[in-house]
Amino acid sequence: MMAIISRGFSGRRSAAVVKLPPGQYLTTDFPVLSAGPTPNVPLDNWQLTIDDGTKVLRKWDWESFRGLPNETFTVDLHCVTRWSKLGATWEGVSLDTLLAEVNTDASYAFVHSYGDYTTNLPLKDLLNQKAWIAFRFDGGELALEHGGPARLLVPHLYLWKSAKWIRRITLTHEDKPGFWEGLGYHNYGDPWREQRYWGE
Amino acid sequence: MSSDNDYLDGNAAAGELSSIFATDITAAEGQCANCGATKRFAEAHVYMQTPGVVARCAACEHVLLRVVNVRHRIFLDVRGMTFLSFDTSQDRRTVQAAS
Repeated sequence: MMAIISRGFSGRRSAAVVKLPPGQYLTTDFPVLSAGPTPNVPLDNWQLTIDDGTKVLRKWDWESFRGLPNETFTVDLHCVTRWSKLGATWEGVSLDTLLAEVNTDASYAFVHSYGDYTTNLPLKDLLNQKAWIAFRFDGGELALEHGGPARLLVPHLYLWKSAKWIRRITLTHEDKPGFWEGLGYHNYGDPWREQRYWGE
Repeated sequence: MSSDNDYLDGNAAAGELSSIFATDITAAEGQCANCGATKRFAEAHVYMQTPGVVARCAACEHVLLRVVNVRHRIFLDVRGMTFLSFDTSQDRRTVQAAS
């Protein structure tokens, strides 16, 4: 009797052994989706700010940001345009680290990118090792087209929530829809519940 | 502060927009609500590799129009334009010629 050997136990996982969220297909490349021009922010001018809508709570320039404790992590990415990329390895700073000294009773985060992109999500989805500001991908500097020099990564939600070229996080008491959430896309965007569009 | 971009001209959005507008929007003139530039829609910078279609002003890159086609519903955002002006003279000539 022939032994059945799953190729999935070594190397990159294949579609045959990996359960994808409903409606997704596996890709091994990394498609680029952009709703506008790619910002090219010199590192000398780069800033990341956390505010509450009126006052700045924390602010980092590139040097102080890169001086924060960082982590290497491997996650699966699921884009609402139906591709999934598995086992992507990143390096970045956990939002737990960035928010550690922020005292807030806000429930939501509104994320701004360089350029005009925005997205919204519950603050709790940024905490407990579920979100990072990533600056390296696959062993190299994060390319501009993938959000470099630094992007948000919230891999448990559809990838449009992982704002490229992140610039500012505003902590709020009221949930305000972002660039796509205000025009038909789901406010939360859980790929495992296939929350692509309004009402799903 | 931006690099080279993967945009197309406004004609690329013609197919998507033909399901909304009765006339060809690419020949229409639109005024950007941000910088005031008035240009033919065909000159807009259109980004198609996104969860929707985004048309931006060729002068200032402000969003002019967004379209999202989700299942059985189309969402249209035209807040980025002060107006869209359609030239109907050709339509009238066509109607007169046909009558």
